[in-house]
Amino acid sequence: MTTVGSPPEGVADGRPVPDAETEDWVRALSTDGAEWEQAATRLHEMLLRVARAETRRRSGQLRISGPELDDLAHQAAADAVVAIVAKIGEFRGESRFTTWAYKFVIFEVSGKIGRHFWRQPQVPMDAADWERLPDRFDGDPARESESRDLARALRKAVEEELTEHQRRIFTALVLDAVPLDALAAKLGSSRNAIYKTMFDARRKLRDRLVTDGYLPENPVRRS
Amino acid sequence: MNSWAELDRFLRTDPRDAGCATAMELLHVYAELAAADPAAAEHRYPEVAAHLRSCGPCAEDLEGLLAAIRTDLTGS
Repeated sequence: MTTVGSPPEGVADGRPVPDAETEDWVRALSTDGAEWEQAATRLHEMLLRVARAETRRRSGQLRISGPELDDLAHQAAADAVVAIVAKIGEFRGESRFTTWAYKFVIFEVSGKIGRHFWRQPQVPMDAADWERLPDRFDGDPARESESRDLARALRKAVEEELTEHQRRIFTALVLDAVPLDALAAKLGSSRNAIYKTMFDARRKLRDRLVTDGYLPENPVRRS
Repeated sequence: MNSWAELDRFLRTDPRDAGCATAMELLHVYAELAAADPAAAEHRYPEVAAHLRSCGPCAEDLEGLLAAIRTDLTGS
């Protein structure tokens, strides 16, 4: 993976000129007293509206609705306000304040949905059911032989190429279909760390399958 | 559907991939650009765009952020 270096266009010396609404938010949240109280209340109302919309948008990933879903939105909005107030000094004006603030509440909703995953009845982790693998890759039941070959080749590559940690992450994400944020919560890790582990595992597995002649050097066209 | 092609698509990595930490750090900037012009956002931040093509959770967060921005823009 790589790093990102180029600043946004129109940003002089890394200091973009904020719009008036952004200036108002930053000033109010950087002060104290009544102005701060009013701004924090308004921020909470705004983020609760976004959190509710986001939990509704993602409700298909959850087996909750009604008051429990609304409670998740309330928790996300409250936690996002705390985080924003703590980090207001880090706001660099690269976007409108509201967009920056929305990001916090979206991340809070993601994290809470990830943790909520474990409150549902689960397939045990590390079940490593390779029979389900073809389902993960749109295996057509009419191509049973192809699916068996794929599972066999990939399983061999997983067992011979990956570290124990990489195998555990691969098994949870691919075979057990655990969402990445849920896995990060379960392992006390981060989305970035889990993704990086899987990124490295994907590269190793592909290299092995290319070496073994199952995959070409260049991408396979989808049919 | 060819499952080998699907597996190949899943395993293929993009060396430009910025990773979750960088994508999450820049997501508000990327989202504002993408709300106005998705191609411009990809052009400005190819590393973030590469990541968003591979990372379901970050792509989902972007969708949520875009939805919030669009609600602001339309006032609905």
